[in-house]
Amino acid sequence: MFTYSEEHNQFIKQYKRKKRTILFFRILILFTILVGWEFLVQKNMINSFLFSSPSRIVTTLLSLLQNGELFCHIGITIFEVLLSFIATFLFSFIIATILWSNDTIARIIDPYITIINSLPKVALGPLIIIWVGASIYSIICMAFMISFFVTVLTIYQGFISINHNYITMLQSFGANKWQIFTKIIFPSSFDSIISSLKINISMSLIGVIMGELLVSKNGLGYLIMYGSQVFQIDLVITGVFLLGIISSLMYFILVLFEKKFFN
Amino acid sequence: MEKILQVSHLSKKYHTLKEEIEALKDINFSVSRGEFISIVGPSGCGKSTILSIIDGLFEKSSGEIKMSDNISISYMLQDDCLLPFRTILDNCLIGLEVTGNLTSESRQYVIHLLKTYGLEKFMDQYPKHLSGGMRQRCALIRTLATKPDILLLDEATSALDYQTSLAISDDIYQIIKKEGKTAIMVTHDISQAISMSDRIIVLTKRPAIVKKVYELSFDSHLTPIQRRKTKDFSSYYDQIWRDLDVHI
Repeated sequence: MFTYSEEHNQFIKQYKRKKRTILFFRILILFTILVGWEFLVQKNMINSFLFSSPSRIVTTLLSLLQNGELFCHIGITIFEVLLSFIATFLFSFIIATILWSNDTIARIIDPYITIINSLPKVALGPLIIIWVGASIYSIICMAFMISFFVTVLTIYQGFISINHNYITMLQSFGANKWQIFTKIIFPSSFDSIISSLKINISMSLIGVIMGELLVSKNGLGYLIMYGSQVFQIDLVITGVFLLGIISSLMYFILVLFEKKFFN
Repeated sequence: MEKILQVSHLSKKYHTLKEEIEALKDINFSVSRGEFISIVGPSGCGKSTILSIIDGLFEKSSGEIKMSDNISISYMLQDDCLLPFRTILDNCLIGLEVTGNLTSESRQYVIHLLKTYGLEKFMDQYPKHLSGGMRQRCALIRTLATKPDILLLDEATSALDYQTSLAISDDIYQIIKKEGKTAIMVTHDISQAISMSDRIIVLTKRPAIVKKVYELSFDSHLTPIQRRKTKDFSSYYDQIWRDLDVHI
């Protein structure tokens, strides 16, 4: 049987040790923050009414769970995020394809995309509500505005950065634009499409929360807004905490998806 | 011999906002079936442009390119252009897919080519598993797959290291002769041109015209590597070197 040299075993050992160290410190930091926070509150060194505390977050979570609101809010937010995520991706993909297929259009539109992309969309919030109405549509609209332009640019960049020799090769066989797109451009840009999905999912979440802060009657954004209006800081912090969990979960699902299909 | 391609008074200008570059001024030559022609010239003189125009990738500025009926052309670029996400077999089939000629018959033909030229084992693997020489051979098979009458080779081995380039030149030469194809090769490498061609067209620097044409008289069954060992080889080399008038 083949055995590795001592040097190789050392190398593997060191690699594993480094991995363990990283994991250990990651957990340690979280643990320190939570314990330190709780400790400061228990010792009355900071005001629990203003700063809440880990134990109060747990209590709030439990009470939300008991009166059945918790999953309602989470569900609504996730539903809105997914909806705007899918809508944004589809539209961005189509627009990026059009921009790729016609350089003239791409150059005409380019400054507009850049300008609109750099606008702070929150500033448009009141306008969106007036135009679209105070409903779930404004929320989707807000999320769409926030993530659409970045997603278009990412996908488009992926499309145009493909090795031009590949295209020449296909053209030498007389390929048309559609064939070039389906046989080279699309399959070559999986990497940029995946990275656009990653950007898109977090942007959608941000957009949805912003929309919810403005108009909604449900969802985590609403929970946070409501909490701050009635000065229930526990509710606000719990909402933020849940958001963190949801956004990292979504991200991990995408990473899993990427590993499963593109490696 | 039957002339299948006639290039007359071909000229080409490139335009940028700042200037106009006359790449080809007045290019004339013809190609007979089964011939192996090389085009050499100073770097940047527009050698590759000729191939791109013949293949229809670029517009010509003026002149005429006459081809016999039903002559098909296939282009092999310097870069092997194997798509990393397609297997070797699928890479070789892409031309047939694009031209709409992918049938079980043409597929069998490509598999047969892969078998004949020693790539059978790698058929279902991806390009990253192949050496530079094998990749180039695979690119040649992709070019042959559409059964072209004329092959255009653009610096087909210059991406390879010197030894591999010699070996692959030998391979390409024999494959082309065996399949009975006509070839027009553009190269900056005088010795490669002499070792492979029946005829060499020497171009001047930009704007290019045909400076000289050499009909090479080697024994027809010598391979490129064997040709390099003959006396004639070095005398041709000297003459063409002088024609190119290389100054650094």
